[in-house]
Amino acid sequence: MIRDITIGQYYPTESPIHRMDARGKIVITFLFIVSLFIVNNFFGYLCVTALLGAVIRISKVPLKFMLRGLKSIVIIILFTAVINLFLTQGEHVLWQAGFLRLTTEGIYMAVKMCVRLVLLIVGASLLTLTTTPIQLTDGIEYLLRPLKRFGVPAHEIAMMMTIALRFIPTLLDETDKIIKAQQARGADFDTGNLMQKAKSMIPILVPLFISAFRRAEELAMAMEARCYHGDENRTRMNVMRLQRRDYQAAGLVAVYMLVAVALRYAAPLLPFWI
Amino acid sequence: MSIKINHLTHIYNPGTAFEKLALDDVTLEIQKGEFVGLIGHTGSGKSTLIQHLNGIISPTSGEILLDGENIHQDKSKLKEVRRRIGLAFQYPEYQLFEMTVYKDVAFGPTNLKLSEAEIHQNVVSALETVGISEELYEKSPFELSGGQKRRVAIAGVLAMNPEVLILDEPTAGLDPKGRDEILRAIQELHEKRGITVILVSHSMEDVAKLVDRIIVMHRGKAAMQGEPREIFSHVDELEGMGLAAPQVSYVFAELKKRGWDVPTDIYTVQEAKDVLYKLLKQVKA
Amino acid sequence: MHKQKCLAVVCLDFFMEKRYLIDSCEYFYHRLKELGTWLPTMEKGDKETMKMVRAKDLTYEYVRVLETEQGTQEEKVAALKQINIEINKGDFVAVLGHNGSGKSTFAKHINALLQPTGGTLWVDDMDTKEDELVWEIRQTAGMVFQNPDNQLVATVVEEDIAFGPENMGIEPKEIRRRVDEALATVRMSDYATHTPSKLSGGQKQRIAIAGVLAMKPECIVLDEPTAMLDPVGRRDVMETIERLNREEGITIILITHYMDEAVRADKVFVIDDGDLVMQGTPKEIFSQVETLQGYGLDVPQVTETAHLLRKEGIELPADILTIEEMVGAICQLKSTI
Repeated sequence: MIRDITIGQYYPTESPIHRMDARGKIVITFLFIVSLFIVNNFFGYLCVTALLGAVIRISKVPLKFMLRGLKSIVIIILFTAVINLFLTQGEHVLWQAGFLRLTTEGIYMAVKMCVRLVLLIVGASLLTLTTTPIQLTDGIEYLLRPLKRFGVPAHEIAMMMTIALRFIPTLLDETDKIIKAQQARGADFDTGNLMQKAKSMIPILVPLFISAFRRAEELAMAMEARCYHGDENRTRMNVMRLQRRDYQAAGLVAVYMLVAVALRYAAPLLPFWI
Repeated sequence: MSIKINHLTHIYNPGTAFEKLALDDVTLEIQKGEFVGLIGHTGSGKSTLIQHLNGIISPTSGEILLDGENIHQDKSKLKEVRRRIGLAFQYPEYQLFEMTVYKDVAFGPTNLKLSEAEIHQNVVSALETVGISEELYEKSPFELSGGQKRRVAIAGVLAMNPEVLILDEPTAGLDPKGRDEILRAIQELHEKRGITVILVSHSMEDVAKLVDRIIVMHRGKAAMQGEPREIFSHVDELEGMGLAAPQVSYVFAELKKRGWDVPTDIYTVQEAKDVLYKLLKQVKA
Repeated sequence: MHKQKCLAVVCLDFFMEKRYLIDSCEYFYHRLKELGTWLPTMEKGDKETMKMVRAKDLTYEYVRVLETEQGTQEEKVAALKQINIEINKGDFVAVLGHNGSGKSTFAKHINALLQPTGGTLWVDDMDTKEDELVWEIRQTAGMVFQNPDNQLVATVVEEDIAFGPENMGIEPKEIRRRVDEALATVRMSDYATHTPSKLSGGQKQRIAIAGVLAMKPECIVLDEPTAMLDPVGRRDVMETIERLNREEGITIILITHYMDEAVRADKVFVIDDGDLVMQGTPKEIFSQVETLQGYGLDVPQVTETAHLLRKEGIELPADILTIEEMVGAICQLKSTI
């Protein structure tokens, strides 16, 4: 059933990572991703992996959930690997067939990119697994606020994200109902060629869109009735406040970034395969 | 066509934290031409039950027999099962999608790959049965009133010429006028076409007016079944299941409690008036 | 000052109906003032402060575009035709009418979601046509809509309830207090951190009511709040509404087509085709069985039964609304035999 899909993969538990300020976590995740591109040798990645592992332990999120996020992008990882394997220029040619060339540098590059990608995904999903969608949108809204003077609609983006999250389950439910109702009228979604299949989606999409528009209209009215008028003079119930653990984390991250830079420049001192 | 349900059990999301027993060993029989009311509060299993009848969901265990044949035995016949057992979901107007009323109703018969002439005949007869007049055929279904939309949606199911018609809460959200129009249409199609009708409803007043037999679902089981007269005389049990009998049934239950010699199986206004008239006419004289 | 006025007319109180009381107060007041007595000057609008909602010749017209064979045509439709209504503070009022009668249009005027095209509507003495009063009006008269799904904004119950106060720019601590209080009032405190999409229709509707309550309104307008609910949800919502009226003193304006809900109100208005066609207590309204049926509305089964018996010449009261009243009336009649 469609409605079993879970959206927003928050893993509810109590941990220091969960309790951290969302803004801090977003910035740290961003810096972490940057660090992945600063570090450029395997010794460095080993350190990063060990550190990430430790953070995951502290977050109390089972490793299983982390890896589940990887499952959906396995194709992208493989694709990256293949591209890098064969298209990297290099001198140590191991095997050649036409324009395809397998070089030591290619293998090195492919492994490096895959490691980066996996670390990136795991790091980013750690953010969404330990932060509720609401905190996440609040954090994004806050961080985008300085960009408002350049015309970035920070509040509107956050509000749109909140509403989308709120209505995804409702619309999934509705899709499920419409599919069943059209099936009961003999609609066939499984057979036929691509064209016929696309056409068979019309009886689902039209009612779904009509209902989504109706909902949007009613929601707009309900929000207006509750005095919504953008973020002018708007307050929030939950005020984000940085706490000691956030400052501690900031300190640790600063050290971490310095180490990452150091590791990059230490690279020439190490053999290339490390 | 008779429907037989044998030891039907359905469990949602088995083996997960969301596991839920929706139907618990239900055994029922519905005869050809019967008008059955299916009542029960939300979560009693009535929606799950009707979705089984037309093969949209499969049983965890147990079987559904149509004229003695298990509907899941031959998967290729499932489409035929869905034609023979028409199912109109709650708020069926939310499935309308075509440009005109006529085309929307024709969606079902077209899916069945009937000939043009047959489609035309089915559509016209279905729209006539639900009381949608010809000048509305070429209108957009979205221009109609709430009650009309719903009747068009029901016609869409009816146009497939089902032998059984299941209606899930056909009167939900309608005002008294829209409700009466729908109920009249349902009653007429039952009488004229002689098809089996299963009416799922919360509203005891609606059910009481129409059906021959009531099945009460409670916690995934068929807790009670019988004629309306019989069911509505058990006011207290119904209350215990989160249901209510028609208002006049309570009056007679109360009078009986106060030691009056009155029947307790009264459930329509007309009956109530007749009985009370006999009881009170001496006052008039 | 109020006391003084009432003192002047206390004898009249016995003979006059409540709604004439204020008028007579004013009459006496002006007579006394003409005589140059000691009475202090009356502030303007003193009379109106007793009224939550006041409509004078309220009219709402809109243009409908019709697609006909002769091309598109524009047609003016009057959804409300010169309606005059007064709703007292603290009352529980039901507005009855079939779909398309104009009752929802009326409801949206109270919240200034629509503005009259003719006549005036005052909410707590504020003219809804004045744009700068819009937010204050919406704060005074909160609104709950029919579809429970389409009025909840946030993914967490308490965040949703905080939405109104947040828009009003209230202090975070005060919002927290109001949210907890509103949740307790609708008896949904256990669900504070749940997600709305997992709740039942009745629960969602109670959350919507809490969301309005957190804005501290004097009046709540509910536009067919139970139409999409099952009997259990309907019962819970109705109980909540009645409690708000009784215990919190909030004026309730319930738009509905269910007569069993209207029966519980202090006063009933019937709108048909944009006209206010009936008003009175539930007993006054529902005793007119045939008139109501003519407007496409129901009456309770017992009321209808009593009406039919009366037509046969049996002397039952015309204003029976509940099972208890029916049983009582029958017993009383029988005892006279």
